[in-house]
Amino acid sequence: MSAYLADVATLARKDLRLELRARSVVPAMLLFVVAALVVFHFALPSGSSELAAKGLLWVAIVFTALLGLTRAFVAEREQRLLDGLLLAPCDRSAIWLAKAVSMLGFLVVAELVALPAFALFFSGIDGATVAGVVLADLGICAVGTVLAAMAVAGRARELLLPLLFLPLAIPIVIGGVGASVVDEPARYLGFLALYDAVFAIISWASFEYVVTE
Amino acid sequence: MIAARKLGRTFGVKHVIRDLDLDVERGSFLLLTGPNGSGKTTLLRLIAGLLVPTAGELDVDVRRERIGFLGHEPLVYRELTALENLDLYGRLYRVPERRERIGMLLERFGLWDARNQRADSFSRGMLQRLALCRTLLHDPELLVLDEPFSALDEEGASLLDRELVELRANATFVVSTHDPARLEPLASQRLAFV
Repeated sequence: MSAYLADVATLARKDLRLELRARSVVPAMLLFVVAALVVFHFALPSGSSELAAKGLLWVAIVFTALLGLTRAFVAEREQRLLDGLLLAPCDRSAIWLAKAVSMLGFLVVAELVALPAFALFFSGIDGATVAGVVLADLGICAVGTVLAAMAVAGRARELLLPLLFLPLAIPIVIGGVGASVVDEPARYLGFLALYDAVFAIISWASFEYVVTE
Repeated sequence: MIAARKLGRTFGVKHVIRDLDLDVERGSFLLLTGPNGSGKTTLLRLIAGLLVPTAGELDVDVRRERIGFLGHEPLVYRELTALENLDLYGRLYRVPERRERIGMLLERFGLWDARNQRADSFSRGMLQRLALCRTLLHDPELLVLDEPFSALDEEGASLLDRELVELRANATFVVSTHDPARLEPLASQRLAFV
């Protein structure tokens, strides 16, 4: 187990180092999420409900995550580096987990800007919304990373990832919006936690088959 | 060490390898020759475990961590330095005395002075040398090399010649090349693709 976690840490550290050098994911996500919230601010008629604004927050989060996920395996695709990782004796699911962890880090950074920006443009953020965002992030990164690996092998990869990811993100949006707007969010937070657990297990178990040619 | 029976691999409707029978004993040096697109790279990727057969059987009696694979791409991250790349693979392969081993290989392949340079500043020949360092880092028992001399200058090629002669006694080789004369003295088996 400690060897597995050491492999995950090694691979995640590599992804973070690559991002620090290339800055190809986080700045794009930051710009996108802020731009989206500004557009929503002007698109939403004045006097619109807080409920509608919360819905738009979730739209911004899902599409920002999608933007990051399209870049998740760029280095591995362009230089066939996935071969190098697959040749290594580590468990192949460690590649998925490391990539999901680094994507989670990038998404959290984007949200550290997005949530205050949302509070500035629309309304304050409560604890239930933050809890919903955290749980949604886990599900987005677990599912999104395995789909990004799947899409990277295809020809129409830029098209394939949104087509695969968005239908699977619908439960996340339902749970997230529900947790943000109802008085008793526990049911929705539980739903998000269940989604995370189920899809994390499926993604973990299926990654080896996704990357095997 | 390697046994293939009626081995086949297709990509879509194209049969790249069909009904191949092959036995490679431990300590052998199998030389693969043939024109581009004849299936050499596909066979090497099958042996390395990067592809699965679509027909027949392939048994490679070596643990994954004891296989060294050199393909057409150097399999190094361009944004990382030579040292960082080898450290990454050294950690994943759990190479004992990793730093010493990395330093020794970088010295041997003439990359020590460039160890802190990012791989995207390397020439094609330097990348190939770095790829050879990566391939040999974990002291593999089975070396699967796809045109290892490509992009190497004369000095690099001579270096690799010496390295192959030295490794020949302790490792098993499967090597594809467009320059069979260079490797002929080392070869114990030959397979020509058409």
